Amino acid sequence: MNIQDMVNVLHAKVLCGQERLETKVYTACCSDLMSDVLAFVNEKTVLITGLTNAHVLRTADMLDLKCLVFARGKIPGDDLLEQADEQGLVVITTPATAFTACGLLYEAGLRGVPIEWPESEARL
Amino acid sequence: MSNTLLHAEYPVEAEDYTCAGEASADIKRKLKQLGVSANVLRRVAVASYEVELNLVIHSDGGVLSLEVTPDRVRLISKDRGPGIPDLDLAMREGWSTASETARSLGFGAGMGLPNMKRNADEFDIKSKVGEGTTIQMGFLLT
Ligand SMILES: Nc1ncnc2c1ncn2[C@@H]1O[C@H](COP(=O)(O)OP(=O)(O)O)[C@@H](O)[C@H]1O
Ligand SMILES: [Mg+2]
Repeated sequence: MNIQDMVNVLHAKVLCGQERLETKVYTACCSDLMSDVLAFVNEKTVLITGLTNAHVLRTADMLDLKCLVFARGKIPGDDLLEQADEQGLVVITTPATAFTACGLLYEAGLRGVPIEWPESEARL
Repeated sequence: MSNTLLHAEYPVEAEDYTCAGEASADIKRKLKQLGVSANVLRRVAVASYEVELNLVIHSDGGVLSLEVTPDRVRLISKDRGPGIPDLDLAMREGWSTASETARSLGFGAGMGLPNMKRNADEFDIKSKVGEGTTIQMGFLLT
């Protein structure tokens, strides 16, 4: 799946990085906890979040993320979008809630980033 | 030290949420310029961001320093207090005393110290209530 496919599935609007929609995405993570994101996510992962502050961008920068999805129609300020563009991020916003956005992406074949912890879902 | 390739110090203020993360972004940029591998770069970046945020969220202010030698990247965080009363508890995943402000920004999951330990090849934490906390992390380059 690439970012354009995600845009279609989520009826999303592209806020920046229009020219990078061909970028492939391999896994996804949905969280508002930046420490969880820092612990588990890698650069092939798209982050779905409801947080639209500067720390989401800094976290994305630390991890070299390629794409952020803001749920529930959230739109960050222009300064954040400018910075996101400089970082080479694609930022999209979907009218769907985080739950529904994840469901739609899962249905379309995208899976969660593999996470290891003692009771991890790999055992499901 | 004579074989030091890079040394930098970043003062970090308590509760300065606006600048929080800038030191780590600069550290990452510098290491990238030095040609540090993507794997090490990523681990340093994650640990550095967590330790920098801890200085902002939990400490009375301190200094984050970076030292690169041919064999390793070293990160040292040294603060002026208040110190950690129970280190075992602090190291536990999920334990957090973070403020509402920190939580509203996406921090306070109690994963920071475990994240640092997991990402660094060498990890050492020393803390004394009333004096402060020092965390040293090493990332091997070879
Ligand atoms: N530099 C520090 N000074 C004082 N207390 C600290 C410091 N770093 C961490 N702590 C304590 O350790 C706890 C756990 O830290 P951490 O694992 O990073 O989780 P979090 O930052 O999400 O609370 C903190 O909630 C705090 O009580
Ligand atoms: Mg922390």
